[in-house]
Amino acid sequence: MKDMDKSFRKDTETEFPLREEMRPRTVTAPDGQVIEIDPLRDYFCEEAPKVHRKSYSAIVEGFYNWARANSLWILGFGTGCGAIEMRPLMTPRFDAYRYGIQWRPTPRQANLLIISGYLSVKTLKRAIRAYEQMQQPKFVVGLGSCTINGGMYWDSYNTIKRLDDYLPVDLYIAGCMPRPEALLAGLMELKKIIRRGEAEGANKYAENFDWYKANQKSVIKDWDMPDYSW
Amino acid sequence: MFSFNPDRSQYPDVGPDGKLEVDLETGKYLKLWHGPNHPGITGNMSVEITVDGDEVVEGKTHVGYLHRGFEKLMERRTFIQVFPIVCRVCVPEPDFNEYCYAAAVEELAGIEVPEQAQWIRTLILEMGRFNSYMMAMGGIAGALGSGVIGQWMTYVRDLMLDRFEEMTGARIYHMFILPGGVRAGLPEGFAGRMEEVLRTAEKYLADVDKVLFTNAVFKKRTKGVGYIDPALFEPYGVTGPNARAGGVAKDLRKDAPYLVYDQLDFEVVTETASDIWARAMVRRRDIDVSISLIRQILAKMPTEGPVMTALPNVLHWKIPRGETYIKGESSRGEYGYYLVTDGSGYPRRVNVRGPSYTHAMALLEHLIPGTNISDIAALMVSLHTYPPEIER
Amino acid sequence: MDMRELIERLTSRHKLGAPIFQRPDLTFVDLTDNDRLRALLVELRDIEGFTHLVLLTAVDWIEEGKFQLTYMLNNRAANQTLGLRVYLERKDPVEFTSIHDIWPTAETYQRELREMFGINFPGSPRVMDEFILEGWTDMPPYRRDFDTLAYSQQTYRDRPGRATNDPRDHMKSKMYPEG
Repeated sequence: MKDMDKSFRKDTETEFPLREEMRPRTVTAPDGQVIEIDPLRDYFCEEAPKVHRKSYSAIVEGFYNWARANSLWILGFGTGCGAIEMRPLMTPRFDAYRYGIQWRPTPRQANLLIISGYLSVKTLKRAIRAYEQMQQPKFVVGLGSCTINGGMYWDSYNTIKRLDDYLPVDLYIAGCMPRPEALLAGLMELKKIIRRGEAEGANKYAENFDWYKANQKSVIKDWDMPDYSW
Repeated sequence: MFSFNPDRSQYPDVGPDGKLEVDLETGKYLKLWHGPNHPGITGNMSVEITVDGDEVVEGKTHVGYLHRGFEKLMERRTFIQVFPIVCRVCVPEPDFNEYCYAAAVEELAGIEVPEQAQWIRTLILEMGRFNSYMMAMGGIAGALGSGVIGQWMTYVRDLMLDRFEEMTGARIYHMFILPGGVRAGLPEGFAGRMEEVLRTAEKYLADVDKVLFTNAVFKKRTKGVGYIDPALFEPYGVTGPNARAGGVAKDLRKDAPYLVYDQLDFEVVTETASDIWARAMVRRRDIDVSISLIRQILAKMPTEGPVMTALPNVLHWKIPRGETYIKGESSRGEYGYYLVTDGSGYPRRVNVRGPSYTHAMALLEHLIPGTNISDIAALMVSLHTYPPEIER
Repeated sequence: MDMRELIERLTSRHKLGAPIFQRPDLTFVDLTDNDRLRALLVELRDIEGFTHLVLLTAVDWIEEGKFQLTYMLNNRAANQTLGLRVYLERKDPVEFTSIHDIWPTAETYQRELREMFGINFPGSPRVMDEFILEGWTDMPPYRRDFDTLAYSQQTYRDRPGRATNDPRDHMKSKMYPEG
């Protein structure tokens, strides 16, 4: 391995200019009406996330957790190589569907986000938005060594090293890449965590919202979206 | 029958950079993002499309969601340390990266590879091709709504992954082809178990022929759609099955035989229609070629012999200044590694030439105008694009 | 096709350096007159049958202050590959002739070179658009003076407890005890 160039300093001065489509502008509609548009304010809601409080009674909360644990709906967003081992899980050989696990096409229908491998900065931006669009209660699983500490890409300039700096992770599945059996075991473990009522990632995100946002913005230089996108 | 060449006289004007000048504020056109989170595509890639009703007038591909900077990371590692990361360039068919890199290093360092290792390398590449085609078949069927074929193909691919595991110890990333040979020989009784897998595969493929290629919906949605004019093959750098579907028998296994392909007997599969259906059919028939090649290799290959030559001390392994380009026929087209060395213990520059690089960018942008929104996923899958090899 | 003959024929009209016959089917040659690049490429494509642009990439020779551009062309019928190398001065701004009208697929390669090496190709479609990186404000990352490890350490946080063992020491003791 080559030695590090200790004199190298990253450029922290240059600001990335706001993209043209994100700048405020005036538009004349086909019927002649003149509209002022500020894309960063008009198209999104800026309500911060709230802590999802527990139910008033432990029995009811236990019932909720049982129900949540048995319907894990995964967002079909393969962010890295790990996605290729999710495909066998959908087929009869490994059959994750028997545990109430299924894949959904949109964030609105899913409650489990699996970050399947390394996250480049460009995908991180999309993953944050996908995560924020999911309904509570929601959970995050980091899959593969690269979400834990960078793994193979520990010296890459474009992949993040620790996923839990940017998204609240409930469970990690180690391996490069984890086998389908490991994925199943990990998802079973997640179920147990949810049953115990300890999968509090979304609440952690709401409580430490400013810390997460600061971390995300320190990596994504072209932050041209509102802080919370429903 | 509908025509694939719509009347483009109503389209907006072409600007000085060759792209359409779309004025979104007229309200006639709408911009849509197809991806990166879209179930109809393999890997993360997005197409920014401008639509007029259901018809797409312009498409721009956006890649970079899977960029890890491999070519930079390789420059930091010694020649042998590059090995664990090179296979990770392309997920569904990683062995081609290992072979191309190993062959490039061997050529520049002057290392001879034993014959037994050549045969095992060919076997691995064919098994990888089989797997990759299985994913493509499932993808094409899935993009057009026949999910069950995706289930079958994934199952058959899993059986082949078991053989990979038996041989190399890993399911996806094998790290089996090293400079100087391969890590090990074949396990005991491998040929028999492989034959079982191939028989199962043939059974499932016969079903695919019945269910997919005679299906009226599949035919109607693919015949005549996504036509690539064979005159575009050279300007746009189209290689592999996409070119063979247009009647050009481009196949590096025949054109420039590498490894032991000159000792094997096979035909280059071609179709003439050059549309989505023809591209799917070429892949379907190429699986048969792969199956026959795997059988031939296992029958003809020598049973004894070394699989690895002794390497110099890899800690101080320096390769003299030089450059080379190694290519091979992957399941998607010409796959190549351009390796430049400068006499130190590290590669000076490694450039990966993935076939999707040309297919998914310039060619796809050229093909998209005139299709419908629902056809884009099928078009992308039929070109067999894997984004990781575009951005590396 | 005999590559030696071809190179001789071309040398009579273009300024070419000494060819390197790497393999029977692979030749590298330098073009010393950068202005003749387009003429040479069109001649190779239309007359000599090198119709397939395999790749276009750059190598950063920072010690010599040069960028090397490699245009890899392939003649399928003759099974010959020719790597044409061009050298550019390594001082900002670096600019070179675009060949997107000879091979449309070169557009993608030129976009990558602009982003990763900072070599601009004026006139190439969408060459200034972002291609792979998004929101990148640092120097082009494939240049040799960009250190990816230093950048990564200054940007992303390490998880504590990661022990880095240099495999060198282990291998030295296990495989090469004599050194």
